[in-house]
Amino acid sequence: MSNILRSLLHRLGAALIVMIGISMLIFAIARVMPGDPARIALGPNATAEQVAALRLERHLDAPLPVQYWEFVKSVATGDLGKSLYTNRPVTTDIAQFLPATLELVFVSGILMVLIGLPIGILSAHYRGRFPDHVGRLISLLGVCTPAFVWGVILQLVLGYFWGWFPIEGQLSQSVTAAPAVTGFMLVDMAIAGNGAGFLDALHHLILPALALAMSGLGQTARLTRSNMNEVYERPYVEMARAYGFPARRIATRYAFRPALIPTLTILGLEFAAMLGNAFLVEKVFGWPGLSRYGVEVILRKDLDAIVGTVLVIAAAFLIVNIIVDILVNIINPRIRLAAGRA
Amino acid sequence: MSEPDSPVMAARTRGRSRAWTAFSADPLSLLGLVIVVAIVGLAIFAPFVTPYPDHVGPTGDFTAMTAAPSGAFWFGTDMIGRDLFTRILFGYRLSLIMAIVVLAIAVPIGVIVGLVAGYKGGWTDYILMRITDVFLAVPPLVLAMAIMGFLEPTLLNGMLAITAMWWPWYARLIYNVTRAEAQEGYVLAAETVGASTAHILFREILPNCWPSILTKMTLDVGFVILMASSLSFLGLGVQPPTPDLGSMVADGAKYMPDAWWLTVFPAIAILLVVLGFNLVGDGLREAFEAEG
Repeated sequence: MSNILRSLLHRLGAALIVMIGISMLIFAIARVMPGDPARIALGPNATAEQVAALRLERHLDAPLPVQYWEFVKSVATGDLGKSLYTNRPVTTDIAQFLPATLELVFVSGILMVLIGLPIGILSAHYRGRFPDHVGRLISLLGVCTPAFVWGVILQLVLGYFWGWFPIEGQLSQSVTAAPAVTGFMLVDMAIAGNGAGFLDALHHLILPALALAMSGLGQTARLTRSNMNEVYERPYVEMARAYGFPARRIATRYAFRPALIPTLTILGLEFAAMLGNAFLVEKVFGWPGLSRYGVEVILRKDLDAIVGTVLVIAAAFLIVNIIVDILVNIINPRIRLAAGRA
Repeated sequence: MSEPDSPVMAARTRGRSRAWTAFSADPLSLLGLVIVVAIVGLAIFAPFVTPYPDHVGPTGDFTAMTAAPSGAFWFGTDMIGRDLFTRILFGYRLSLIMAIVVLAIAVPIGVIVGLVAGYKGGWTDYILMRITDVFLAVPPLVLAMAIMGFLEPTLLNGMLAITAMWWPWYARLIYNVTRAEAQEGYVLAAETVGASTAHILFREILPNCWPSILTKMTLDVGFVILMASSLSFLGLGVQPPTPDLGSMVADGAKYMPDAWWLTVFPAIAILLVVLGFNLVGDGLREAFEAEG
């Protein structure tokens, strides 16, 4: 147990180093930008006195390492500065918009696993036959198509033409949002005991989540297929076959578990891509997440808001990756054993 | 130089023809090659292929605004009567140029970082690879967006932003290859005879990295185009009236579902080019494995 704890601490330490690196990177990008950061942060209407006051407050005349240290201190106390666009603290803005994005990404992650894994398993099981060809085509199209292209195509066909799904937004206009407890619409609806509202929110979530899931789904199916094919060629599977074990049992019991482990390790990366691609899908479906805010602050050169948004997304990505790492540790007996021996 | 019929050269030729046999045996790789050649050809000869080369600019045919696809306008026209087929071809031009420029800068940087870190080891390795990790730890699109946020949205800055987030993938790839190769006998032999570090890196190890680099570069032409079109879809890329596939999809989405062609054709155009380079890249990977 202490070994698992030690490896967990090791991972957290590595994540912390990367996070410090990211803060340096963002800080460096923000400082090498042409122009006076204080003038940009305050906007063109600020007076020279206001700019000078902010320069003093932000220690902008101090050497760069001192500036960086001040930046870290304020971030560590939860102060990400103030957004010029909304005129509110950046943390307030992010707290408002982030849950909708995370909800979308989580549901996409679930779809990615629930659809991607079975496609990969079926492809491997029917190797070289019709289901395999279909499965490979789906995964290829998933990987090669940008999320926003999936978005507009799904929206056009299933939303506009067939009318199966709502075209945009998080809720129908007739439905009132549940009081925000967690910020996640589905969870809040469930807490409020609003069954109809929950279903409406779910109905709105499906198309964007599917569009966002397609790339990771394709990657998952692709990897599961090739890993299972590899396992199928191992001697113990041959032996199970020779003993006349049913094909389904071989697939689920002997081939699937070892094939799952390398697949799990890429899930973290796929989640990362989803946090980025969510920006595209949110734009297509008018989803009230971080996307509109992020693009808006970038176009307005809203310095604090850009830095804050990137830091929060990077932190979310690191946390997801640590969780995936821990899951892989729990599932993979070989790593668990190695940790036990170390 | 070895004679053409020396055993080494003969083995190489055999390897190459075996690679081509493996590549051409897969119908999907050939399909990819056809798509790539067609798109590159159309992009290069765009002004001669299309009957409306002047629709690249801000003006179109005002007698045929938002026209549905027809014999005269294969993919229809946009809100100001510009032929969509023409704009897609010129959009391909821009995308391909971007991909080439980005890879031409990002690949050498990544390869050098990977070679040095993988061969030198120690502190050099640790520092270079932690820097690489930092870049890999931010979702690529978000990092590119952030860089665009501090710069003006122009073609050049778009390429700069994508380049900045692209080199770490090559650093990581070449680092892993170099770590494995550095243990091989031929590297040891070169070290023993006192070859310089530069010689070992670029003349001994690098040639063994080429298959990985070429495969990844082929795949990446598609993925750089995907990334560039994503940026411009968000309005952070090339500005109008320059034809760009991503911003065409974004602009067209405002006129859904009636003028569906404004969105559907540019969207399929992006899909096709990424798919084409992906199929060729996958085929190359398997061909190199067959060559051994």
